Formats: sequence, structure tokens, C-alpha cells
Amino acid sequence: MTISLPSKPVQQVDQRPGYPRGEQLKRDIAVTVDGTPTDFTLTARASELAVRDTLLTVRSRLLAEGVSDETSGSVELAMAEALNNIVEHAYATGESRDIMLKVSIKPDRLCFLLCDGGAPLPGLCLPQGKLPDPSGPRDDLPEGGFGWFLIRDLAERVAYERRDGMNHLTLEFLRAAP
Amino acid sequence: MDLQSTYHNDMNIITVAEARIDAAAAIRFKDKMRDVTSQGPTHIVLDLSNVTFVDSSGLGAIVAAMKQLSGNQRLDLAGLTTDVAKVFRLTRMDTVFVIHDDIIALKARATG
Repeated sequence: MTISLPSKPVQQVDQRPGYPRGEQLKRDIAVTVDGTPTDFTLTARASELAVRDTLLTVRSRLLAEGVSDETSGSVELAMAEALNNIVEHAYATGESRDIMLKVSIKPDRLCFLLCDGGAPLPGLCLPQGKLPDPSGPRDDLPEGGFGWFLIRDLAERVAYERRDGMNHLTLEFLRAAP
Repeated sequence: MDLQSTYHNDMNIITVAEARIDAAAAIRFKDKMRDVTSQGPTHIVLDLSNVTFVDSSGLGAIVAAMKQLSGNQRLDLAGLTTDVAKVFRLTRMDTVFVIHDDIIALKARATG
């Protein structure tokens, strides 16, 4: 399967309430959604605010499909970490690029495929995701490094593949909490 | 980042008036925390009862907000909603902070 990203998603101005005044005026975001309620594709500009919109869109779709709050919360957190990794690392060089997210809501599980054209994961493999040590004096407490730990902990299955110059990250969640 | 600081006797209760402390908000949160903790009572309580989502960037910013305090100041948390409590529990950061369940009871105690 080959997936290509559209060069430029449609520009949208989001006037939903809940964003600080001013922020919504200068937003350079675009999230487009295409497909059915249970199988759809989101294309988002790789930015922190577009990540936020993507997560809100996915969460509302999960809610509409009757996915539990607990499972939806796990999905939102794991997807936030995966999407932010793309924005902050894969696309670290600055130029705003696109992320494509394919969502499939099945009766027993939720499947997400994230594709980006940014830098590959180091060593072309998933990071181990070790939990940073929360003990020790205040000045030594970790301020980061939680992302891959959370993704691996929350998702039932995580898979990574570099194909055709793109990163393909698959996350799957069981619908019923174990 | 909208943070509202109110003093209740010996506590500086800082209420986050936004729903998300995420990657898009983390730096502004940390900077605003520096402003609102630069004076007032040394016992600081961050009221997260309006916050429905914190990602690892937001978590890191809350930790950073504690680390930037002076030695005689302390930072507690209060009012963690379900998904926010989950982030702290999974990362074991719930062992780092004193977490109060009920911000209203805490205010009453501080005032009374």
C-alpha cells in the first residue's frame, strides 16, 4: 500500500470557542476529514495547534461511536504523544508539513495509522520507551522523555515502518478496557 | 495561558482557566507560572479542576514550574480530572506531588 500526502490541505479558520482570544486569529492550521464515521482519514498541518484539533476531532468521533471515556482518554494521550513526536522530531527542521492519520473504528478495536514525510526514527526502530526516574531531588526530576513510554503503555499494539521515504506508525487499542 | 492566582491565608491557589495543558500551551504555562509564583504565600496549590487534558509536554511544564520555584516554596496539585490523573499515575509523577482531591474543601480549610 502506498500512501501519498496531498501537497496542501484546504485552509480553514476555526472559530470554535475555547481557544484564547488572538490565538484563533493567527492560527495556521488545517485539518481535513474524509471518509465514513468509522473509517476516515484526517490530514493535518504539522503544528502543535493542528495536533490539538486532530485530537479533538478524533475524540468526538470516538464519543459518537460509543467508545468508552476511558479508552478514548488513552487514545487521545497516546495519539498526542505520537503526533507531537512528528511535529517536534520528524519535522524538526521547521518547514511546515503534513501528517496523515487513518482511523478505523472496529467493533472490538481501534486502529490508527500515522504517516509523515519527516525524518525517520533513529535506527529505523521504535524507541524502547523507558520511564524516566521520578525519584530523587527536585532539581533532578525529569521534564520529558515520557512520550514513547506512554504510547507503548497505552496502546495494545505499536508498529513502525519506514516505507517510500515516509514514516508509518500503527497504534491499536482494544475497545473494552482489559 | 489563563492562570488565576488567589491567596487563601497561607496558600497561593492558582487556577488554570483553560482546558488543555498540551504541547501548544506548555511554554506559556511555564512562563505564566513563573509570574504568578514570584510573590505571595510560599505554599502554592495548582488547581487543575478545569483541565481535561495534559500530555507529556504539559506534564513536563508542570514539573518545570515546580523546579523553577525557590527553595522555600512548595507546589501541590488539586482537582485532577480523570484523564489528567491517569497521566500522573502512569508516569509515577503522582509520587512527586502532594495531590489534593477537593479544591473546594482545601479553600474552606485555608480560609477557616
